[in-house]
Amino acid sequence: MKQFWRRYRKNRAAVGGLVVVALITMIAIAGPYFHPVDPFDMVGRPYSPPFGEFPLGTDVSGRDILAGIIRGAPVSLLIGVVASLVATIIGVALGSVAGYYGGFIDDALMRTTEFFLTIPSFILAVVIVAIFAPTVYTITAAIAAVSWPSVARLVRGEFIAQREREYVQASRALGMPDWEIILVQILPNALAPVIVVSTLMVATAILTESGLSFLGLGDPNHVSWGYMIGVARTALRVAWWMTAIPGLMIVVAVIAINLAGEGLNDALNPKLRER
Amino acid sequence: MSAILSVQGLSVHFPTRQGVVRAVEDVSFDIDAGETLALVGESGSGKSTVAAAIMRIIPSPPGIIAAGRIEFEGRDLVKLPENEMRRVRGSRIAMIFQDPMMALNPVHTIGAQIVEALTLHTNLTRRQALGRAVELLELVRVPAPATRVGQYPHNLSGGMRQRVMIAMALACDPRLLIADEPTTALDVTIQAQVLELIGELKAKLGMAVLLITHDLGVVGETADRVVVMYAGRKVEEGRVEEVFRAPLHPYTRGLMRVSDFEGGTGQAMPEIPGTVPSPFEMPSGCAFSARCEVAVEACGATRPVLVVRGPARSAACLLLDEGRR
Amino acid sequence: MTAPLLEVEGVTKHYAVRGALFGEKKHVHALDDVSLSVRSRQTLAVVGESGCGKTTLARCLVRLVEPTRGTIRLAGRNLTNPSPAEKREIPRLIQIVFQDPYASLNPRRTIFQTVGDPLRLHQAATRSQRREKVASLLASVGIGPQLMDRLPHELSGGQRQRIAISRALAVGPQVIVCDEPVSALDVSVQAQVINLLKRLQAEHGMSYVFITHDLRLVRSLADTVAVMYLGQIVELAEIGDFKARIKHPYSQALFSATPQAARAGAGKPKRIVLSGDVPSPIDPPSGCRFHTRCPYVQSICRESEPALRPIGTRLVRCHFADQAGFPPEPAANSPFPLGEGDR
Repeated sequence: MKQFWRRYRKNRAAVGGLVVVALITMIAIAGPYFHPVDPFDMVGRPYSPPFGEFPLGTDVSGRDILAGIIRGAPVSLLIGVVASLVATIIGVALGSVAGYYGGFIDDALMRTTEFFLTIPSFILAVVIVAIFAPTVYTITAAIAAVSWPSVARLVRGEFIAQREREYVQASRALGMPDWEIILVQILPNALAPVIVVSTLMVATAILTESGLSFLGLGDPNHVSWGYMIGVARTALRVAWWMTAIPGLMIVVAVIAINLAGEGLNDALNPKLRER
Repeated sequence: MSAILSVQGLSVHFPTRQGVVRAVEDVSFDIDAGETLALVGESGSGKSTVAAAIMRIIPSPPGIIAAGRIEFEGRDLVKLPENEMRRVRGSRIAMIFQDPMMALNPVHTIGAQIVEALTLHTNLTRRQALGRAVELLELVRVPAPATRVGQYPHNLSGGMRQRVMIAMALACDPRLLIADEPTTALDVTIQAQVLELIGELKAKLGMAVLLITHDLGVVGETADRVVVMYAGRKVEEGRVEEVFRAPLHPYTRGLMRVSDFEGGTGQAMPEIPGTVPSPFEMPSGCAFSARCEVAVEACGATRPVLVVRGPARSAACLLLDEGRR
Repeated sequence: MTAPLLEVEGVTKHYAVRGALFGEKKHVHALDDVSLSVRSRQTLAVVGESGCGKTTLARCLVRLVEPTRGTIRLAGRNLTNPSPAEKREIPRLIQIVFQDPYASLNPRRTIFQTVGDPLRLHQAATRSQRREKVASLLASVGIGPQLMDRLPHELSGGQRQRIAISRALAVGPQVIVCDEPVSALDVSVQAQVINLLKRLQAEHGMSYVFITHDLRLVRSLADTVAVMYLGQIVELAEIGDFKARIKHPYSQALFSATPQAARAGAGKPKRIVLSGDVPSPIDPPSGCRFHTRCPYVQSICRESEPALRPIGTRLVRCHFADQAGFPPEPAANSPFPLGEGDR
């Protein structure tokens, strides 16, 4: 573990990304206590620029943008993390079984993932959310539904590579049941790339969620950064801060997560190189 | 008998976080024209590193040639600038490896690869080079060479690929061929073919061979002289028949006993107990002392120097100084 | 004459290969009609080069691969088409040690976990009982208990191979299949592991099916020798018979090709060098499979496949095996000289 952190620390950008992610998380958790303003409340004059009475200004309806940023953070982060987690669990479960057994199960999985991968995932997410009315739950489910195939393919590949290795053969010769071989023997060896991909998936999930909210398909009961950009779209030329500030938050969050995730990749890889 | 390659006091170090790995330490030997010198040792002996040092292909960082000279054709290869070394590599000194796929590019035809070696180092036109490539394939006994030039490595068997790699190595008439475990990965019957081929080519083309191996049997049948390495140092040197008949160093004796063993099911095989010391925990004395059956107390503390017992015949053992025991 | 412990009869394994789009289905003939037996406390050496089927045979024996045809019986139980009860028993009867010590231990699990696996699966033992048992198993292969909580990459090849052996030993099998167990180890370490295997056999009384291509190991370990080529057994003999005389041209070439240090200085070795490469097992040659490389090939060899028939006390698959003096020995250096212990 210590070695892992040492390798991770070498990548300054990754550490920077991690710090930013931690900051955003703190804002999400502690923000509402320090700035207990409801982002849906009309608290002031619309179109107020930032650095005035309101630190980040107000939007087209006079709602506090800072409150929106603070309340939007947990929405984006939670949806991103949960969707990614669900997609990972489904992907690992299906991919491991398909990779280990091969044959018909593998073919079935491959055709299914191919279906998902040929359709642009964002469009598919839009369709799913549009069909089932938009709530944070349906949005999370939709994002998970379009993300699991890449995880499954990755895990399947790792399992195909590992299943012919002698330690697996030895376990089979010992009479170990298949489920134990998959979960206890192979999975720990297959997880490293999956962890990296899942982390990067959080960033993609945040982008997808922002996109959905921008289009008006977000949960109407929760403010999201994407929603904020969406409502301020028409006012872009006169009130840059209404779109720029939430947009900047999205960019910062996504870059930070990507950097942190790539650092994970580099830190985990040397261990993968055996011999 | 003039030496075409003279390695003097070669040391190769790899600095790591846990300390300096002295992969090769103070190794010297000569190779005469037309002779086969075998460099024998097990893992950690440094034999492959010596070969890499001669070809100047040590991965650097982190490896460095810490000391020594490598004289070849009147020049010190250690000090040669890279662009000049490139002209030596592949044309004056060629190397073949254990795994032919290390030398063969899977997406180019074998003809193209031999031609590339030729056009890099000679003035042949592409057409001339292609003709020479077919000649070379014939030389290494690849059947139907004219067809094979258009094939890819994956169309060939392991033994065939090894021959192609030899053809590429010989393309520019090198004076020295370095063969790093050329037959270890091959089946025994194919190994026999390849060794016979190398022997024939050596005689026909008059080149010297530096053969790197761990297999004493291969040494016995193909080499003229042998250098035995252990933990990065040279521990014995001499003509093959002499070293095999009367090994001076306890390690060589141990290897010979294992190699010569002809006992049946009722007898235990002769063992060398223990393992090679870790490069980070090298004893200050003789590196073999912990496993040596005739070691005395002094062996653990004092590093033995090479005791000369004849022309190009030496061994590094404290007990040799005081007479054979 | 005790009944054999392990009986292999007519085992065949063909793998279907996807040929060209419109071509006929092809098969890899990994094993063809292989029959042999191993007695209790004995070692059968299986010798051959790549493509001969020895690895497939090893995998069939431990049920990693199911033969296309044929039967394998061990101590009266069926290894092929076993009943559910037999299926549970089989891992306790026969185990395997693989060639590559770097790949046969799970890199993410400690030595205790790995060697403890067979104990967990087949014996209802508590964790502390398992720790004791693992410690004693490791001790019997010369590994100290302090290494129990290490990971494989912290240990040397020789140590890992001993651990693999202790894992195979854990459930007390009657047969251990050793698939080239020392080829990946340094020469000085090989002898240690071989001697360990001999000692364990003397102590526990199990049989070995020992797959190798190393002549010295055959001489040192085997009671019986089976030479394989392209999926078939070409010669099967007791070690004494084999040392006295080799009757199949391929066996002769195989052992003659093995470089021997003892030949140093004896001038050019009188070696039989076969021409050509091993043919592909997808399309084995017609007639005798060895005919494309045999130095004594005649027209009958191309036309009809020789059966594995008894010649004296051994089995040989060659049309000319019953001829005295066949195959002719190469002049001088016999490929398989009698050792001190044989006279």
